[in-house]
Amino acid sequence: MSGLVSYLIFFACIVMILGIVTIGLNLQWGFTGIFNAGVVGFYAIGGYTQAILTAAPAAGHLGNFGLPWIVGIAAAMVVTGLAAWLIGWITIGLRDDYLAITSFGIAVTIQLVTLNWSELTGGPNGLTRIARPLASVFDTPAAFNLWFLVLLVLVTAAVYTALERMLQSPWGRVLRAIREDELAAVSLGKSARNFRLQAFVIGSMLMGLAGALYVSFIGFVSPFDFLPIFTFQVWAMLIVGGSGNNRGALLGALVVWSIWTASGVAVTKFVPPSFAAQGAAVQVILIGLALILVLIYRPRGLLGERAMVSRHADS
Amino acid sequence: MIWQALADGILTGAVIALGAIGVSFTLQIMRFANFSHAELLTWGAYVTMVFVAFAGPGSPTSGLSFGWQMMAALSLAAFLTGLTAWALDRVLFRRLRHRGAQHMTLVFASFGAALVLRHLIVLIWGHDSRFYTRELQMTIEVFPGVRVLPDQVFILLVALVVLTALHLFLRFSRTGIAMRATAENPALAQCCGMEVDKVIRATWIIGGALAAAAGVFTGLTPQVNPDVGHQLLLPLFAAAILGGIGSLAGAVVGGLLVGIAENVLLLVVSPGYKQAMSFMLLLVVLLVRPQGIFGERKEGDR
Repeated sequence: MSGLVSYLIFFACIVMILGIVTIGLNLQWGFTGIFNAGVVGFYAIGGYTQAILTAAPAAGHLGNFGLPWIVGIAAAMVVTGLAAWLIGWITIGLRDDYLAITSFGIAVTIQLVTLNWSELTGGPNGLTRIARPLASVFDTPAAFNLWFLVLLVLVTAAVYTALERMLQSPWGRVLRAIREDELAAVSLGKSARNFRLQAFVIGSMLMGLAGALYVSFIGFVSPFDFLPIFTFQVWAMLIVGGSGNNRGALLGALVVWSIWTASGVAVTKFVPPSFAAQGAAVQVILIGLALILVLIYRPRGLLGERAMVSRHADS
Repeated sequence: MIWQALADGILTGAVIALGAIGVSFTLQIMRFANFSHAELLTWGAYVTMVFVAFAGPGSPTSGLSFGWQMMAALSLAAFLTGLTAWALDRVLFRRLRHRGAQHMTLVFASFGAALVLRHLIVLIWGHDSRFYTRELQMTIEVFPGVRVLPDQVFILLVALVVLTALHLFLRFSRTGIAMRATAENPALAQCCGMEVDKVIRATWIIGGALAAAAGVFTGLTPQVNPDVGHQLLLPLFAAAILGGIGSLAGAVVGGLLVGIAENVLLLVVSPGYKQAMSFMLLLVVLLVRPQGIFGERKEGDR
């Protein structure tokens, strides 16, 4: 029984982290219409910043500064934000499917850096002994996971509330205006480029935050935590949950991660180990099918965006 | 060294060009970036593998590692892959198009299709690398200091023949002319009585068949695995956009440039970053000349 409870806590932690990433993507795609196909790249920048700054010092590493956890989290957001600003400054004006290819390529490049720049990133072996918040207070795995879940609930709630407020504000209305009709928004004197860049940077910072949280939750990091499939999973979460709706984004994270985990459990239970690769393939096929079926049969996703019409529209 | 890199670049570039034609035409005629195109390369390679498993690669002839059976298998697989591409359009992309979905919805759908197609291959054939033939080949020295495999020379020749045939088809056949007209201006082409459905079908079948050829040629040197297509995704898009979308000559020149750039840059950059090369090239092209070498400047190209 306690095994199941502790597993559920772990599961909930991962869902929260994925939920933060999905909310970040929702800001970019759902509200602003920026196609970021390199989600995993920004997640990785956050994760590696956290790891490099807070991992316990080790010989032969450029990083591993052993700094406190909270410094890592703050730095992860700043570094991811700067990287997103630089990348966005170059690419944000591209037409959307070219932006998709470009951002996909950026994520590939970032993963190659994590694999090849071993002095900094530990190469394929990754980095270990990364700072975990208050690990000395909550010194059993169960207690730590529970405490981390509480922490994640607070962070997710804060992110959610802050974003909802921003989206209700004039700033959020401009984003939607740009998404719906860029020309009209520009003709009202709004710089589409600046607003898109802002949304891109803030969304990416959330992905970086989530990456840093993930790494400090697990305690180690390797390039194999940041495979391209992650981007597809997050996209599936957003599309299934309903893009343009932050609650949909969170729900999508829960639903898609449940499908992923449940199919993973089923595979390990029922598929003989010699067919493990095939079993893992079934998991990915399910995610791909979920994405396709939702696009065909329920394009708005489970929740979908709430219609925003002026209350004077009827009269 | 540089001459060897150049030769290798031309050989890989010709294969990239074959794969890029489908990407380029889909971008121009159906106006969306089809991320699942790269998986058609893999499908072509594996379907060919099935035929080869039945019939054998054939006895090596005139220095090649395979016989005519291999080419027969390739032709069949190319046909089937073309049909697969068209079937994918029927069950997925066409539905979304007819619903009037945004073109980005099609891009998402192609993401999903790519995942499904790639992992179906893992499901059926597993992760292991496979070989068409166990025949060992000696390189031949074509110029002083430049060595290539006989297979590679053959592949280059086949690619040239296929591309010439495609050029003649686009230039002179009714369907080919309709394809070019639709690429130029879909609305006007429809007004002039071009059957857009027919054009779209031809686009998928040609793109899929060429992708299969590219997949098999990649697999011949030296192996096939479920990622062969996926790893060419960025080079394919780089080649299509670099040359200018919707242009056959563009895809060929783009493919050659991407192949050469990758191999020449490998002389100075660590091979660990090979996959990033074509991406960097793509980025530069998009920033400097988004319409590509052969493309015309149009509103909304960037």
